[in-house]
Amino acid sequence: MITFDYTLTDPMGLHARPAGQLVKEAKAFASKITVTCKGQSAEAVRMMAIMRLGTKAGDTVTVCVEGADEEAAASAIKTFFEENT
Amino acid sequence: MICLRGKGVSVGYAIGTLRFHNREEKPNSGVEKSTPDEEQRRFDSACTQAVSDLTALAEKLRRQGEETAALLMEMHGELAQDLDFADGVAMRIADGTDAPTAVRDAGEELAMLFEAMDDADMQQRSADVRDVARRIENILLGKTEVLSFSDPVILGADDLSPSETVSLEREKLLAILTVGGSGTGHTAILARSFGIPAVVGIGNGLTGALENRLVIVDGFEGTVLVEPDETTLAEYRQRMDAYAQSLSRLNGLRGLPDETADGRKVKLYCNIQSPEDVGAVRDNDGRGIGLFRSEFLFLGREEAPDEEEQTEAYRRVLSAMKGQEVVIRTLDVGADKQIPYFSLPGEENPALGLRGLRLCLKNPALFRTQLRALYRASVYGKLLIMFPMVTNSWEITATKELCQTVVSELKAEGYPVAEKVPLGIMIETPAAALMSDVLARQVDFFSCGTNDLTQYTLACDRMGEHLRDFCDPHHPAVLRLLELTVKNAHEAGIWVGVCGELAADTAMTETLIAMGVDELSVNPGSVLPVREQIRQIKQ
Repeated sequence: MITFDYTLTDPMGLHARPAGQLVKEAKAFASKITVTCKGQSAEAVRMMAIMRLGTKAGDTVTVCVEGADEEAAASAIKTFFEENT
Repeated sequence: MICLRGKGVSVGYAIGTLRFHNREEKPNSGVEKSTPDEEQRRFDSACTQAVSDLTALAEKLRRQGEETAALLMEMHGELAQDLDFADGVAMRIADGTDAPTAVRDAGEELAMLFEAMDDADMQQRSADVRDVARRIENILLGKTEVLSFSDPVILGADDLSPSETVSLEREKLLAILTVGGSGTGHTAILARSFGIPAVVGIGNGLTGALENRLVIVDGFEGTVLVEPDETTLAEYRQRMDAYAQSLSRLNGLRGLPDETADGRKVKLYCNIQSPEDVGAVRDNDGRGIGLFRSEFLFLGREEAPDEEEQTEAYRRVLSAMKGQEVVIRTLDVGADKQIPYFSLPGEENPALGLRGLRLCLKNPALFRTQLRALYRASVYGKLLIMFPMVTNSWEITATKELCQTVVSELKAEGYPVAEKVPLGIMIETPAAALMSDVLARQVDFFSCGTNDLTQYTLACDRMGEHLRDFCDPHHPAVLRLLELTVKNAHEAGIWVGVCGELAADTAMTETLIAMGVDELSVNPGSVLPVREQIRQIKQ
């Protein structure tokens, strides 16, 4: 299992657009990817659940990746966050 | 003539026939239901159809140049494939519900969860969820809800779903009016991207009873005039023409150089508050950022933003501006702003208190973090750093020393830092303007914050309605200070800009340029009007 934190900079947090893109990224991997923020968790492949985390700029999310391709998945998801949020 | 009032959320004028759209909200009755397996299969098929329709629609909109609408439909496509939605539907179908009802109920359940959130943007998503659910439901019921008109119309509705708005042929839509609605909803966003006026929140005055009446829509004022008299009609026809002409005239200035008729070049940049605003800079043909207010990173939160978060935010703007100059101003707040993680002493006069650079110098850890982040981001574009509210030479000396320390540290830690990051100060107090000859020798540029400069020079609260008569933004005292500042800056060989409201004041452009101002930084919407003024100057 790989875990990492990321602090969001987009004023709108993980709103619809990046949430949709995150889902696409996450679906490419077999690993289970969970995003947790302020005590609430959502699977990265569930768009509405990600949006409902209600994240904003400055929030730190914890990303948990577990599965056969977790190395590749964690790296890709981390890059995704850096480039889109 | 009836006059309806609402909130203008997209500017412009329209004159035309009103058509009122009533969405049928009949419950599904007499729907033939088969086995759960069959209902599930029907749902899966309808869902796939919806996604395919939305993708095709997005492509069509993109080809028509409607990027905003295209992105919206793509987002709907993602929502249609959401697992929580699919689970909600599957659960109800397994329980024996027919597919259309399962879709409607599952959609409604999720929509209500969004509505219950604190965030206005997230609340708007409930409309998207309902829209997508309705689309799938219509496919299942074989219903097509297509809004189409043979002639251009002004469309009125209780509210318009995103799908309904984008499905309308752009050429047939003159304006949008809704009974409910807010400024951040789809109606506003799409109307602006279509370039047509929209007025929302009109209330019960807007009903189907107004069907086929002639109306005038004023997106600036947020008014709707039903069955206007001839005089009013003539007046608005004139306004429409004048507006259309000015829009086309201003658009003709895109791509043209920011220089006077005599060929003197001026830098025409933009003021922004957050990385999101870079889009507006590009849309309005702004060629740099003369003021990036960094406060957004610090306000409305419990903890200070750390170095990583700040570096990322600055990096985003620098790279989005692709090598064009970006002047980032360090934290400019005082006791009038709520910042829980700062120990701000309560002050009688926050405007005259510990604010701007003063606050940063008294909070060195915080200031250091911001400077580190700025210098780390400096390799991603053309960065200039600006310090607010300077009144003493020693403040600049201390700040420059801190910058040198930060740069040395970063290099020792292995971070690349840009070769040259020009450092400048805001001239926004009488002291700074009067001492500008001394200060000019310490920095690489000045930017005049005329809002605060006016306030401090005239001893006048610019927010005070009751002080209007005493607070002339064109006051000679302010202009004299600006003249002095420009003269001193040029004598020391540095450039000077203006980033306050005066920069966007087209009545002042010629005066400022005549003074010798090198740069004007304005809100994105003012770029083209100011460019027009600059290009007409012959001195």
